[in-house]
Amino acid sequence: MVRKGEDRLFQTVTMLILALVGLVSVVPLLYVFSVSLTPFAEVLRHGGYVLIPKEITFHAYKKLFESSGIPRALGVTVYITVVGTMINLLLTTLVAYPLSRKKLPGRNIFLMMVVLTILFSGGIIPTYLIVKATGLIDSLWALILPGAVNSFNVLIIKSFFEQLPEELFESARIDGAREFRILFTLVIPLSVPAMITVGLFYAVGHWNSFFSAIMYMTDRSLYPLQVVVREILMLSQQQVENVEEQVPTVTMQMAAVIFASLPILVVYPFLQKHFTKGMLLGSIKG
Amino acid sequence: MSSNSWSAEPAVQPGAGIKKKQTFWKTIWSHKEFYLMLLPGVIYYIIYKYAPMYGMVIAFKDYDMSEGILGSPWADPWFKYFQQFYESPYFSQLLTNTILISVYKLAFGMLPPILLAILLNECRVRWFKSLVQTLSYMPHFLSWIIIYGILLMFFSQDSGIINRWIIDAGGKAIPFLSSTEWFRTMLVGSEIWQNLGWGAIIYLAAIAGIDPTLYEAARVDGASRMQMIWHITLPGIRSVIILLLILRLGHMMDAGFEQIYVLYNVYVYPVADILDTWVFRTGLEQWNYSLASAVGLFKSLIGLVLVLLSNAMAKRWGDSGIW
Repeated sequence: MVRKGEDRLFQTVTMLILALVGLVSVVPLLYVFSVSLTPFAEVLRHGGYVLIPKEITFHAYKKLFESSGIPRALGVTVYITVVGTMINLLLTTLVAYPLSRKKLPGRNIFLMMVVLTILFSGGIIPTYLIVKATGLIDSLWALILPGAVNSFNVLIIKSFFEQLPEELFESARIDGAREFRILFTLVIPLSVPAMITVGLFYAVGHWNSFFSAIMYMTDRSLYPLQVVVREILMLSQQQVENVEEQVPTVTMQMAAVIFASLPILVVYPFLQKHFTKGMLLGSIKG
Repeated sequence: MSSNSWSAEPAVQPGAGIKKKQTFWKTIWSHKEFYLMLLPGVIYYIIYKYAPMYGMVIAFKDYDMSEGILGSPWADPWFKYFQQFYESPYFSQLLTNTILISVYKLAFGMLPPILLAILLNECRVRWFKSLVQTLSYMPHFLSWIIIYGILLMFFSQDSGIINRWIIDAGGKAIPFLSSTEWFRTMLVGSEIWQNLGWGAIIYLAAIAGIDPTLYEAARVDGASRMQMIWHITLPGIRSVIILLLILRLGHMMDAGFEQIYVLYNVYVYPVADILDTWVFRTGLEQWNYSLASAVGLFKSLIGLVLVLLSNAMAKRWGDSGIW
């Protein structure tokens, strides 16, 4: 059987390439993690070759917390992630549910209103002027309200709702249940995978939120994590002449990077099986 | 009103005859709860999506901060800021950079996710396949700030590990992140790294939709794995590949605003400055709102035409459009 030997070779090569892809995806971050745990003197001595540190220290993390705006920024980011995601999910669901009812008079007008914003947007400057006009500059609401509903996510949830069996709604209505009740006690509990998917998209968006902060925040104490981490990274790139203590070391920088990515890395493997499904719904049916 | 036994009842439809007699307004009224649900969303869309669209008129006005969008006087002539942009040296530079970076990302980024999806599909070891999937999806969730940090660790001129190797091998350090020669490579490379696994998801789904009896028949006929990939898998996902290619062509004007803004610096502006980054700087750092809006509108309009064109193409050649 020539084929069998050939297939085994093919299988081995496939596994090797896949292993390489897996490593390339994860090693950069692991390396950053190692550097953040290595004593700074050690990093200097070995010129950065510290894939597996001989000696582990949390000094960089400790200094990061003592000398930078990180703790405060963390508070801001956690706040906008939690409050923002709840508002996102509530508003998105409230828009998606009526749109999923095919018989709703005027449905197409509302659907058009949602889809049009995917095709065309006012752009950065007019949006900034409107946010300013609504009085949100230097308010944490500026990081939550302007992106409260994402049209793609509305469509993902809407198509999920449309797949629920119609009899469900009919029998609930016969029992006299109001639509709000149907939505919150029947539809949403049946749509957990879609909710998790979209909730994760929104939450990651808030956690990684950067642009709205540099646009709408002038008060530095309201900066979220990503903005502060960026500043820490930029400091060393500017080649400060007088090297004082305040310039963050490479280990501190990498500690900041790990810190900003850790929650996502911890949460995401558990949610992975849900969101691939939701992502397909969104991208194909869009 | 508070009954919870909805699932026990069989679905009998009452009042089908009554509905016909209801007038238009009664139908609307009977759906009042749905409209109430839509209300917060509609308010949101009007304020934060449609008002900014109207706000684009400042591209045709001499925007004055104290007068606001409505009160500012009209520009004379109305295309003043468009002309100003067209005649500036930025016009060709920004347009070239935007399109070139998009084309590079498309040319080098299209194939890797397809190959990854095919390899994942060929992998017979379940746990290994899902491990690789989990690992390769991960970068998609990292912010560009984090990726910038990672890039510094590898490519920075004085502390990056790649430059350590080069120096140790007797070479001279290369400023990967601040040289016009290398910067676009960094952009394209980091984008591929971020989206390799995530991009494969859609192709994996398309492969899963291929009729398994095709593979059975091929195996009986003695086809090798490579032959099956070439004659069954690839033709099976061809329409999805074409669809995605066309859709990405529609987003040609979006070369990656956030990525470029986070990664670039003054040294690489000549090769990295795109329409979006320039609009951002001109508007929000130099307060030239009208000029920035004019360029933003210019970009949005081209983008709209491209998306509509690409959707029409997708309907024609890719079996289905996005709507």
